[in-house]
Amino acid sequence: MAGELVGGHHTSSVNPRITWEGCSVLLDINDGDRLVFARLSPAATLKIGDKKCSLRPLIGCPFGSLFRVETGPNGPHLERCVHSPSGANDMGVQEGGDRQLESESKDNRALIDNNSAQNLSSEDIDAMRRDGATGDEIVEALIANSSTYENKTVFSQEKYKRRKQKKYAPKVLLRRPFTRSICEAYFKKYPNRIGFLRIDTLSLLLSFANISAYSDVLLVDMVGGLLTGSVAERLGGTGYVCNTYFGGTSHSLDIARIFNFSSEFDSRIVQASYSHLCSVESLDEERSKMHEIDHPAGIQSIIGRESSTKCDPSTGSTQIQEVQSLRNDNSSLDEELGNTKENLSSGQEGLHENNATITYKAVNPGKQASPDAIKMWKEKGFNSLIVAAPELEVDSIVQKLVPLLSYSAPFAIYHQYLQPLATCMHKLQSSKMAIGLQISEPWLREYQVLPSRTHPQMQMSGFGGYILSGTKISNNSEDCNGNQ
Amino acid sequence: MLSIDPSKKNSFQRFISDGDLVIVYERHDNMKAVKVKKGSELQNRFGVFKHSDWIGKPFGSKLLSSKGGFVYILAPTPELWTLVLSHRTQILYIADISFVISYLEIVPGCVILESGTGSGSLTTSLARAVAPSGHVHTFDFHEQRAGLARDDFERNGLSNLVTVAVRDIQGEGFPDEFQGIIDSVFLDLPQPWLAIPSAARMLKQDGVLCSFSPCIEQVQRSCEALRSNFTDIRTFEVLLRTYEIQEGRIQSSDGGDESYRRITHTRRKRQCISSEDTGENADKATSTTTVMVRPCQEARGHTGYLTFARLNCQ
Repeated sequence: MAGELVGGHHTSSVNPRITWEGCSVLLDINDGDRLVFARLSPAATLKIGDKKCSLRPLIGCPFGSLFRVETGPNGPHLERCVHSPSGANDMGVQEGGDRQLESESKDNRALIDNNSAQNLSSEDIDAMRRDGATGDEIVEALIANSSTYENKTVFSQEKYKRRKQKKYAPKVLLRRPFTRSICEAYFKKYPNRIGFLRIDTLSLLLSFANISAYSDVLLVDMVGGLLTGSVAERLGGTGYVCNTYFGGTSHSLDIARIFNFSSEFDSRIVQASYSHLCSVESLDEERSKMHEIDHPAGIQSIIGRESSTKCDPSTGSTQIQEVQSLRNDNSSLDEELGNTKENLSSGQEGLHENNATITYKAVNPGKQASPDAIKMWKEKGFNSLIVAAPELEVDSIVQKLVPLLSYSAPFAIYHQYLQPLATCMHKLQSSKMAIGLQISEPWLREYQVLPSRTHPQMQMSGFGGYILSGTKISNNSEDCNGNQ
Repeated sequence: MLSIDPSKKNSFQRFISDGDLVIVYERHDNMKAVKVKKGSELQNRFGVFKHSDWIGKPFGSKLLSSKGGFVYILAPTPELWTLVLSHRTQILYIADISFVISYLEIVPGCVILESGTGSGSLTTSLARAVAPSGHVHTFDFHEQRAGLARDDFERNGLSNLVTVAVRDIQGEGFPDEFQGIIDSVFLDLPQPWLAIPSAARMLKQDGVLCSFSPCIEQVQRSCEALRSNFTDIRTFEVLLRTYEIQEGRIQSSDGGDESYRRITHTRRKRQCISSEDTGENADKATSTTTVMVRPCQEARGHTGYLTFARLNCQ
């Protein structure tokens, strides 16, 4: 079955909706309490609480499936269950009007916090477990033995129940790794790794830069590959994502590997140092080196020819090393995302092991751009530019990169600080390189929507960064043909 | 608008030609969509511009009028289109649009349903997101509005990605032919809860729905309707704050303990601060310049609430 699905994955350009062996997934444990990126294999395991569960039951399931940890004769295992009709986020919404009125009249004036409300001891619970009680049964027993439960409002009853469910009947939700889920997971757990790039900010970058199929997009991705992955996702296996870097060392693109990109998608993700993109000399040099596999190709054939970014014999060995180090990095990444409050050493090992044995399907984005492609970009210019380089002095690199864009090409620059963008905007205005310049700051607020209890959430992200956007223009107003 | 045909892709070598739809940029807050036609003219406060002068120039060029005034000619994008389209209804803007595309998990190849079409501001971005192999089916119950939107998509070269149909989605639901094959649904309707059961039938498992409503009461009712078939129900408000920059001149007065520094705005004619200004300032020993930034005076305070939900996986 898995084989068929993999086949389907290769032919379809849309991210498939059913998992397969070797597929990258996001596991959402207990409504976002823990988020783990994993690769599915029969050997992979995940530790939840003190139980180690195989991820094998997740293979071949539709994304969106919900699993529960159940204890059977062969120990704990993940079992698929149906979503409760009321969903995970609601509280007592299905209640009739009477119940709700009753609940509104309840309050906590009689509540005494003396830790004696629960009559069930931990020994009792352990005994129940030994007798094979399911998590839900334990939760029911806890409720039945709570002396204060009945006096709680419907809403706090629901809260109580959910808290107990998390502990005794943990849920695992199988989610598709998409820009949305990957960005949110990182923003929640490791925001510094993605430069505090919030999902609404990332979405704006993609829009401002007009990322669309068949575009050749120039990037500076110093946010771990999240930007690269999200741009490649929008290109859908067409065009190119060209990651450029300064100072000889390319940036890590680990996060791009979490997306389930086919080899065709990956072949669209390339890297080139800034000096390569600029200097004609080095280009000629490489062209002579590459002569045997090089076609003196026009743009059409390059676009149609996926192989143009592959197979550079001269750099082959370094590429392999790069892949190797990427793999290692990625496995540590899986561990760390999984490694939250609960310390799960063996769970980490499981994922690590998994990573080592799984046959990757060409998950190695970021080959060096071919000289042909570089030549093409020199002649035609890139279609758009996105810079997310929290650690670089943004002004000077923007001054360098904007000239590589074709005329009328949009760009979007992300930064965590306002002043560098203001300086950058001022320079672009003064040099008349771009118009439509604007600095924007996105603001995102989530709401709790419940009957008679709708309000903005008590906690929100206070800051998602700033974006400078604009459109490159041609400077010479009269002699427009002399544009090289 | 979209470079589905790679030869029409924006590049240094692509020039404005007869029949192109272009964006005429006067200022960041004054733009206009114009169809280039030999023999036509554009008249504005900067003078008369002959279309024939534009043909053969690259996109992004600064082009002069008879009076010596100038405009920039840009290649259209969904973002620019949102700023120039004719408002037949209230429209969605970039902050909501970009968030919707990401949160609906729209990628090339997806098949999307939208209702209503309205002025087509979001539709244009949806089309870009599903290109080259996906499709947007958009519905509006207003026949004339649907027709005008169709014309706009045609002018922007999006006809092969967008199908506009006249249909009352609240009353009739989405057509049965889409049952179970839709990746994402977008609703911008006065009573979205009426369309939610139909939307649920159209979506693939784990498919995402978004409902845009200006009023919280609409959100409240929609969420109640969503709870039977959907999970991961989340409501957001997304806004943009824009900033403006000013070049300031810092002047020092030397008065011992009484010394102070005053910042005055350097005079600016238009958006751009010319390089001569900066040269002039550098001459004065007592003053230096600095770039100051503050939020713009006017801002959009509310557009609508975005409610997302994911179809339950059975």
